[in-house]
Amino acid sequence: MDQGLRELYQEVILDHSRHPRRFGALQEATHTGEGYNPLCGDRVKIYLALDAENRIQDIAFEGKGCAISQASASMMTDMLVGRTVEQAEQLMSGFLHLVKGEDTNGLAPEDREQLEVMGGISEFPMRVKCATLPWHTMKSALEGGETAKTE
Amino acid sequence: MTAQLKRVPVAAFDPLAARADFEILSRTVYGKPLVYLDSAASAQKPRQVLDAMREFASSDYANVHRGVHYLSAVATERYEVARENVRRFLNAGQADEIVFTHGGTEAINLVAHSYVAPRIQPGDEIVLSVMEHHSNIVPWHFLRERYGAVLRWIDVNDDGSLDVDRVDAAIGPKTKLVAIAHMSNVLGTITPLKDVVARAHAKGVPVLADGCQGVVHLSVDVQGLDADFYAFTGHKLYGPTGIGVLYGKRALLKSMRPFNGGGEMIQEVSRERVTYAPPPARFEAGTPPIIEAVGLAAAIDYLSGLDRKAVAAHEDDLLRYATDQVKELNWVRMIGEAKNKGAILSFETDDMHAHDVATILDREGVAVRAGHHCAQPLMERFGVASTTRASFALYNTREEVDVFVAALKKARAILG
Ligand SMILES: Cc1ncc(COP(=O)(O)O)c(C=O)c1O
Repeated sequence: MDQGLRELYQEVILDHSRHPRRFGALQEATHTGEGYNPLCGDRVKIYLALDAENRIQDIAFEGKGCAISQASASMMTDMLVGRTVEQAEQLMSGFLHLVKGEDTNGLAPEDREQLEVMGGISEFPMRVKCATLPWHTMKSALEGGETAKTE
Repeated sequence: MTAQLKRVPVAAFDPLAARADFEILSRTVYGKPLVYLDSAASAQKPRQVLDAMREFASSDYANVHRGVHYLSAVATERYEVARENVRRFLNAGQADEIVFTHGGTEAINLVAHSYVAPRIQPGDEIVLSVMEHHSNIVPWHFLRERYGAVLRWIDVNDDGSLDVDRVDAAIGPKTKLVAIAHMSNVLGTITPLKDVVARAHAKGVPVLADGCQGVVHLSVDVQGLDADFYAFTGHKLYGPTGIGVLYGKRALLKSMRPFNGGGEMIQEVSRERVTYAPPPARFEAGTPPIIEAVGLAAAIDYLSGLDRKAVAAHEDDLLRYATDQVKELNWVRMIGEAKNKGAILSFETDDMHAHDVATILDREGVAVRAGHHCAQPLMERFGVASTTRASFALYNTREEVDVFVAALKKARAILG
């Protein structure tokens, strides 16, 4: 198989997309955000429950989309639980660098290792927006919920 | 000085010979031969079109309708010959019923702005089908937002076909226009346009046909159809981008207010007032797409030099060949199986998103479109967010269909 495709559709990614973690709504959400990719019509909704210290106590997502956006949302929600808002934003910034094939020095080594599987997307410029949609949506949820768009 | 090809009558059509006219088709992507199945989005251009544009620009070019100098006269002649060429292609009665626009989208917006908008009272209706392209939807939404027009939607059947009775039922005393595609860019459905027009006219309602897809695959006769307006775009017809056409019946065009304001569309301008040129100039403000008009004329010449019936039969064969193979895959759901359809194959795949499918096909050299195809109301009608679409043109082959189907199976193996 094409090396690029092999990296893009790694087993880990397919597993996340087939069995997304933290999929569903969150009753006790303090923040929600909706994301929309006008290119493909994909939608994602992120639910966040922040505690008094601005820590992500719980997080979930709903939506329909391609394997890349679903896997990205699943990994993101998995990694964000327990982090502060500030840490979440740091992780997002590192992730955005990663999927664009840029320097990821801002990421903690263990985060980089986990996110590495998404690195293959940088070879597919038309698909980078699929991977970033959940992250932009998470950010917009934190900022008070305008619909995030990837364009 | 027209760049017309001689019309040599040919008994049949040889797609391999035609392929040689499209240089881009011999390129590779990711080291694989290109299999271009996205012609419904935009078709590739034959050498004859590119040569005509280049030759014109390098020997006869100047602005049109302006100078008294030699080149301006030559260029004006070429531009007007192109108009005559389009007239013949659509079998319009008069060349001044052909308006050059910058695309199909602009042609439809022109009708909305110049014909329909001034006739709208709040509550007046525009009838359109759910399978319209956004360019035949959004201009009507503008009229809804700005003037209180009401959009009346005609549903399609589950197989994607359209019953003319539904059109009838949707037209009421407040209907100002029926706007309908001649052929759907997603389903491939060819609409019973002639019947639609007859029903609408029986109630005194004019019809705008969006011919962006139809004109590519069908022989269009606007007089036979009795369509009031017929819009199409150059780049899907093997011509250049940046040009489109609006055919409009002369009496209607004459009754319409201008669209854009600028040079060429006026009779006289003073500080106090302005009077407008007659159609088609009234609707061609500013410097028009001159080189593109020559290119479009060359594309029409190219098509007219082929046996179009044989071309249509070839495209039909490709569609059937592809449909038969794709339908054997039990994880594929076809969307759009009307009896009367053009060479477009849209489908949904179990557990695989269209974008993932298209990405894998792409790496096999197969260019298809994935998404909502600028037809979101139709996606909603079929309960899907997106589909994968393969569209066939005169230069595609059965071998390419085989590559496409093999790539689809590969996508299944990776994602399924
Ligand atoms: C059915 C239909 N109508 C209208 C258009 C718009 O054409 P253009 O984008 O060239 O203006 C398209 C193609 O994009 C189409 O397929």
